[in-house]
Amino acid sequence: MKPGSVAIVGAAESTQLGLVPQLSQIQLHADAALNALADCGLTPKDIDGLACAAEWPTELAHYLGITPTWVDGTMVGGCSFMLHVRHAAAAIAAGLCSTVLITHGESGRSWVGTQAMQINQASLAGQFELPYGVLGAPTMFTIPVLRYMKEYGLTHEQLANVAVVQRQWAARNPRASQRDPITVQDVLDSKIIAWLFHVLECCLVTDGGGALVLTSAERAKDFPTRPVYVLGTGESVETPMISQMQDFTSSRAFRVSGAKAFAEAGIRHADVDHLMLYDAFAHLPIYGLEDLGFVAKGEAGAFIWEGHTAPGGKLPVNTNGGGLSYMHSGMYGMYALQESVRQLRGTAPAEVPGAEISVCHGVGGMFGASGTVVLGNQRP
Amino acid sequence: MSINPKTLPRPTPETRHFWEGARRGELLLQQCESCAQVYFPPRPFCPECASRQVRVIRASGRATLYSYVINHRLPKWIDAPYAIAVVELEEGPRMMTNIVDAPQTPEALVLDMPLEVVFEPVTADITLPKFRPARGGAR
Repeated sequence: MKPGSVAIVGAAESTQLGLVPQLSQIQLHADAALNALADCGLTPKDIDGLACAAEWPTELAHYLGITPTWVDGTMVGGCSFMLHVRHAAAAIAAGLCSTVLITHGESGRSWVGTQAMQINQASLAGQFELPYGVLGAPTMFTIPVLRYMKEYGLTHEQLANVAVVQRQWAARNPRASQRDPITVQDVLDSKIIAWLFHVLECCLVTDGGGALVLTSAERAKDFPTRPVYVLGTGESVETPMISQMQDFTSSRAFRVSGAKAFAEAGIRHADVDHLMLYDAFAHLPIYGLEDLGFVAKGEAGAFIWEGHTAPGGKLPVNTNGGGLSYMHSGMYGMYALQESVRQLRGTAPAEVPGAEISVCHGVGGMFGASGTVVLGNQRP
Repeated sequence: MSINPKTLPRPTPETRHFWEGARRGELLLQQCESCAQVYFPPRPFCPECASRQVRVIRASGRATLYSYVINHRLPKWIDAPYAIAVVELEEGPRMMTNIVDAPQTPEALVLDMPLEVVFEPVTADITLPKFRPARGGAR
């Protein structure tokens, strides 16, 4: 697809984030969708393409009153929305539909109108991982890190520091769930969840939603909002079993997805003004920086320690505070995309002045899937 | 570590041999007869070259500790922190397991330490392969 031929014209989160027990999961989708449609002056009747995860597109189409000619229910975990953007851009470019709504809503903390996902006991993960006492992402996503530390000399202080830096960003964001400054020692003194991970190295658990509206770049100029162009995208999957990940120090899905997005956008790393790296746990930005090629293998912990990703640094990363401090309803990718759009519109609370290119990189499952979206506010 | 029935494996036609082997005290892998790849978890074709000409082989049971966490957020049927580990088998494949006969502490669990398989019967049908610090006893 030609870079910049499709744009995000509507973007919004649910009215409230954090603790939202008064809304069910599908209403969180709808709340965010109605906000995003209002953002760009559309109604559900104007939408002919619909994508969502964690609810069926059928549910959302019926609930919102949409008659789509194109639907995408791709569900690969928290980066599903990056894939939806990619698929939507291709669908619009191919003429399958003209105006796509991507919705997300998740009652991840209050569990209203939803139910827990269970591992199928007959699946390979169910047979060969579940019996060993795995209990959700904190006990699985974290397993590769000791191996990374041994191979590359990453210190626990450097790992803890990822959370410290993200809290510095969150302090600048009134909507962030956790805003009080923390130190490396605070992180290391916090409750152990799955050694060596402490609670402050694990994402928040919140309620919320987000939605995006995409259309062709030609139509985008007729909207009231500043268009955010899709310059390049990538996606891949590896394995649903953390124990079967090829390389415990690097994600194959990250590498494939990232390289594809950069190549399609035709950008170099030096062109990137702003970066979102889905941070379900503190090691994710470390793997992300390396697997996307921003730093060499083994250097990310020191790069973050030196302040390069912090406020005032040369590569601002996770400027909303990230999944560690902003919000994390379970599938965080949508909120990362929202922050990229805000930065490129110039409306982010912690603004990166003059940002023209933002890379938004997501993970799904436990290094199981990946989606990367390169966005820009200048049409190439 | 006691077991929650909702976390027990449900064998399928493609994996049943593995669980029957575990019940006999054998750790079974598969090997491709076309490209010689040794692989796990079980499936009736080679994940490397897609050949259906594969055979079941018995692993030595020797492994090294590849990576792990020690879970402190305990489910109600478990009473003390426990390691969830990934071991690298001598034949190459990695598998998730628990480490037994060792304190569940970072001091006792050192990456790359040699391990050997032991078999822990859980129900009449299911025996779980687990690993303990090597004593030179594996097959």
